[in-house]
Formats: sequence, structure tokens, C-alpha cells
Amino acid sequence: MINIDSIQNGLVIDHIKAGTGMDLYHLAGLDKLDCCVAIIRNARSNKHGHKDIIKIESMIDLDLDVLGYVDPDITIDVIRDGVIVEKKKLAKPRRLVNVIKCKNPRCITSIEEGIEHIFYLSENGRYRCTYCEQEHGENRN
Amino acid sequence: MRHLIDPLDFSVEEIYSILKLADDIVANPNTYQNVCAHKKLATLFYEPSTRTRLSFEAAMLNLGGSVLGFSSADSSSASKGESIADTIRVISGYADIAAMRHPKEGAPLRAARYSTIPVINAGDGGHQHPTQTLTDLMTIRRRKGRLTDLTIGLCGDLKFGRTVHSLIKSLSRYENIRFVLISPDELRVPEYVISEVLAPKAIEFEQITSLEDAMPKLDILYMTRVQRERFFNEEDYIRLKDTYILNAEKMQLAKKDMAVLHPLPRVNEITLEVDDDPRAAYFEQAQNGVYVRMALIMTLLGLTQEDKAND
Repeated sequence: MINIDSIQNGLVIDHIKAGTGMDLYHLAGLDKLDCCVAIIRNARSNKHGHKDIIKIESMIDLDLDVLGYVDPDITIDVIRDGVIVEKKKLAKPRRLVNVIKCKNPRCITSIEEGIEHIFYLSENGRYRCTYCEQEHGENRN
Repeated sequence: MRHLIDPLDFSVEEIYSILKLADDIVANPNTYQNVCAHKKLATLFYEPSTRTRLSFEAAMLNLGGSVLGFSSADSSSASKGESIADTIRVISGYADIAAMRHPKEGAPLRAARYSTIPVINAGDGGHQHPTQTLTDLMTIRRRKGRLTDLTIGLCGDLKFGRTVHSLIKSLSRYENIRFVLISPDELRVPEYVISEVLAPKAIEFEQITSLEDAMPKLDILYMTRVQRERFFNEEDYIRLKDTYILNAEKMQLAKKDMAVLHPLPRVNEITLEVDDDPRAAYFEQAQNGVYVRMALIMTLLGLTQEDKAND
């Protein structure tokens, strides 16, 4: 068992699905931080068997939409003076801006300069491009 | 400010008001001939669609307004690489209302976000064509006297046919509607139309391949053209384009008061002999398109009697 020191002030992204911590690290832009960041893979979890954890030794503004999109089951612990002062639960965001890109070649996002890629959560729990309404990952051709 | 981008942008009540106004325009055209005096409609057509453009222009001219615009991307600043966002901001200073046709899906929505004048989606690729839907609703209502309690057959290209998707979505908001979806297996309605429009509202529908079998049940038959421009593969287009042809023989199987609609242009999917059948409503439908666009322009410009009463 590896011991990673607890942090005094910062954030702990907990209950990340085992094996996806590294993807989340990049998607949330944590690779651009200059503070100390620890990624723990395959930590033991009573609930899921295994999980990944990311500890960030700084109070940064995390993009909760990105985190909620990647994995709505994760929790975020806010730590001050070594004590958890807040536990944030995430949910799938209703709207995503510039998190994923529309792949539909017929969509205006494929040619318009400076356009934001906006997706909304549809009734079936998947994301649709606000412009062409194509589901993310769907190919209608 | 109101735009019309998606056929569901208007509530059932608002659509009723527009259709009622369109009926009044049919009955009393002279009353409306100067309603839009000194107003300008910009027709921004990034792909050619003579019929839709002329329908919009006729509508504005009938209201006493003027029109300006372009009819292909080659003759617009898009050929120089200008974005939709920039173009509409410029046009907002030239005209009072804009109708946009664009080959890319979502282009009119992009325009609406930057526009300071009402934007009407005049067709965005294979996505939406809300003024065609208004035209269809007006024609059904004038023919049948109602938009409820109807069995509607949709025939042909139900996969790429945007008018079909828009019409299904819009009619799904009315009581006691049944759909008969007639198409080859390759051109069935996209799965999302069933899972997100029909299934949640428990709307009765069947998917069949035989037009003959469907004919006796229908109150409305909506024919569509298999469009070459929606296919990436020429072979698929040639194989499927002649699948359904409506002729006098098939019309004999239909109810005496059924109405045949078609967004036009047709190629060969309705034979010329059907034109003389009183149930053929497609040319009347094209005419209704002008009236309903007149009603729409007035509504978006706030020129209806109701708007004036609220001033």
C-alpha cells in the first residue's frame, strides 16, 4: 500500500472510475497546473472495489461541467487546514460548452470560425449538438 | 425578439394564431397589401432554392414591403470567407427581417444569436424547414378543417426528408394523431424520431413498405422526393429514387376526402394524371406557402392586430 500525504489546503477528486483518472487529468486541464498534483490509480474502494483519486494541493477553480460530463459519480472534497469543509456531488451538466466537438460534417460548426461547440443533455441522457441536434458519437450518414 | 428556427419554436396556440391570420389573408388580401410598407426582407440564400426564395419574396411584396438579398453563396460575402455571425450583424443594419437558407445544419440558429432583426430559417441542410411545416399545417387544416383526429401517411425518403421530421414533431402536439410511415428499409425515419417524439407521447404509428396497403387508412398522404443532394453515394440514390410512385390506380384505393400533399418539386413520384384528382392538394399547398409566410412575417415584425392592441 502506497501512502500519499494528506493535503492541508486543496481539492480531492474522489470516486473516479478506476482507470479513467489520467483522462480526467487531461480533460480538466490539470496538466497545466504548476502546483503539486497526485494521481492515485486503483485505490481500494468499499463501494466500487477500485477507484482513482486525484489530489490537488491548491484551491483552483475546477470546471465542474467537464468533470460531471466525464463521470457524474465522482465527488470533490474541499480541504482547508487539513479538514474536509465541503463535499461536492456532481451531476451530468445540462449544457456543455467547448468540452466535446460536433463531428457532423453537415453541421455549421464544421465551417464557422470562432463558433462554440455547444451540446445539451437530451431526454435519453445523451448529448446533442445545439446546432444540428446530432447526438455526440452518432453517425447518421 | 422572436425568430423562427425550429418548427416547435411556436406553441400550438401561436401556430393557431398564424394559421388564422393566414386564412384571413386568403379571404381579405386587400386589407394586408400595405401592412409592411417601408419594411425590408433580406433573403440570405447560401444555396439555390428558387421556390422557397420566391415564396418569401412574393409574401413580402404582397404585404407592400421590399426585398433584397442573394440567391447563392457565390454571390455573397461567404465566398470571401465571411462568417454567418458577421454577415447577419451587417444585414441587421440593412433590413427589418431576414430569411436564411443554408446548406449547413444550424446556420440560422447561429445567425439568430447575433442578429438584431428576426431570423426565419428557410431550410438548413437536412435539418429543419419550419416554414414548410407551417405551409403543411395550413394546408391540412384548410383541407380537413382540423389538425386533430387524423391518420397521416408519410411516404418516400423519411430518413433525410427534413420536412417529414418537422411535420411529425409538429403534428405530435395535436390530439389523436396516427402516423403510417411508408418507406424502403434504408430510408426509414431516424431512430430518434421514434424514441424522442413518438414513443414518449405514446403516439400510434406503423412502419410499412407498401403504399397500396396504407392508402385506404389515410386522411392525408404526404409524398416526398428522394433527393439526390442528400446522398453521398450515387448508386444508392439511383436504386431508391423510383421506389414509390403515386398514380391514378393507387388513388382509387384512397378515401374520397383524402388529401395528397407534397413539398414540391416533384420528379416522378406523383404522376401527372393525379394532378386532376380533386384530392391533389400540392399546388394549393405551394400557394398556401405564400399566405402563411405573409402571416409569419407580420407576426415576427409585430404587425398583427393583436400586437397593435398590446402596444
